[in-house]
Amino acid sequence: MTDAVTLSGLHRAFGRVTALDGLTWAAPAGRITAVLGPNGAGKTTAIECAVGLGRPDAGTVRVLGSDPWLAGADHRARVGVMLQSGGLPNGTKPLRLLHHLSRLYADPVDVDAVAQRLGVTDFASTTVRRLSGGQKQRLALAAALLGRPEVLFLDEPAAGLDPHGRLDVWDLVAEQRDAGTTVIVTTHSFEEAARLADHLVIMNAGRTAAEGTPDSVTAGRPLEDVYFSLTRKGAA
Amino acid sequence: MTTDATTTPARAAAPRRRVLAQAGFELGSLLRNGEQLLVSLVLPSLALVGLSLTASPSLGPGRRVDVAAAGVIALCVISAAFTSQAISTGFDRRYAVLRYLGVTPLGRGGLVAGKVLATLAVEALQIAVIAVLGLVLGWHPAAAGIAYAVLFVVAGTWAFVALALLLAGTLRAEAVLAIANLVWVLLLGAGGVIVPRTELPDGVGQAVGFLPSAGLADGLRSALVDGELNLLALLVVLGWGVVSTALAARLFRFDD
Repeated sequence: MTDAVTLSGLHRAFGRVTALDGLTWAAPAGRITAVLGPNGAGKTTAIECAVGLGRPDAGTVRVLGSDPWLAGADHRARVGVMLQSGGLPNGTKPLRLLHHLSRLYADPVDVDAVAQRLGVTDFASTTVRRLSGGQKQRLALAAALLGRPEVLFLDEPAAGLDPHGRLDVWDLVAEQRDAGTTVIVTTHSFEEAARLADHLVIMNAGRTAAEGTPDSVTAGRPLEDVYFSLTRKGAA
Repeated sequence: MTTDATTTPARAAAPRRRVLAQAGFELGSLLRNGEQLLVSLVLPSLALVGLSLTASPSLGPGRRVDVAAAGVIALCVISAAFTSQAISTGFDRRYAVLRYLGVTPLGRGGLVAGKVLATLAVEALQIAVIAVLGLVLGWHPAAAGIAYAVLFVVAGTWAFVALALLLAGTLRAEAVLAIANLVWVLLLGAGGVIVPRTELPDGVGQAVGFLPSAGLADGLRSALVDGELNLLALLVVLGWGVVSTALAARLFRFDD
């Protein structure tokens, strides 16, 4: 199986804090890769490097064969991103924003259909600033899908959603995978990882603690047990 | 690899289309925002009407409405290119909007181009309103200087957008809000914008001549009152443009 995303030997430090310490993992094409790890494990830093927002001090990043730090607009159009920090303009209404963002792509999806699918139409008359956390998540996910991405980076996509909302997001993520999209999901949820992952990465202290199919990583043990044995203080 | 990059058709919209979309989006957001419209249109209009109908403060030689209109156009440029841009960019940076747009096909370069274009569009609107109001009040701009005035508006926009990005890209959003407003008030009062620096106390007037606000307003007055190109003022504005752009390019941080 080919890899759509590869991170090899990434190092990144912010002052004296080492965020990535030789991080290496890959996301197979057309599969869902779930990246688990405690706060401070470097998940967000790794995603930032993969979407071109950050540049590692050492190591190489390849997404669809390109270095995302140097890649141009056509590369960015092939990659859908949902950032944990949101980043959606605050002063506008959801549908106006989605229609605007769709104009940045040569062949965007049907904005109204995506909005309908993710329930954005239910809060279409509310300014982005006033949306609840869950509504913002839905809007950010809709925005990530606008350009028919080949690779989709979702930083904690179901965080803050109620159970129905989570299920909707999981269905949608699985659907994207079934349509051939490579999906990388960072999460704190074992349930999410167990439900979604074709490929599993457990990160700890800026390194990969385990990587492989869910079965090969857990070897019959509960995912939680494996996770805690790999990521408890001192495990690194 | 699922897709061969060399055979994939362009996935992003054409660069021009992306920048125009962003400029249109920013312009639409501005026109929907009451406070922004107040600063952009209502305050300059009030300033022009106020100055034309009163005899103080002294605006120096020239017909009062002519001198006032040129100064008010400079004020429009400063409010649109500097105050409004600094505040919106500062908060966009705080709320990670700059990061987000950086990962879309728009990118960072497209974002800056969109902002500049949106600013020029706002200025065109402001100047149209001020021109109509000015003509009603008896303004006679010097036809020979209109091209020079356009030059100063464009150069001034460059310098003040660069200053806005320098401020917005280096300080906290709250500090940007406070400083951008404070600078606007200070420049309005003593920056040689509406009241020509020749009417300020001696030493002050000379020093103020080196400010981008005075450079812009002096240039616009030379152009629209006397129909002349004020090269010294142009040098001041361009100098600020060069220095601020270099500093902004070096110091601007997209992350808060």
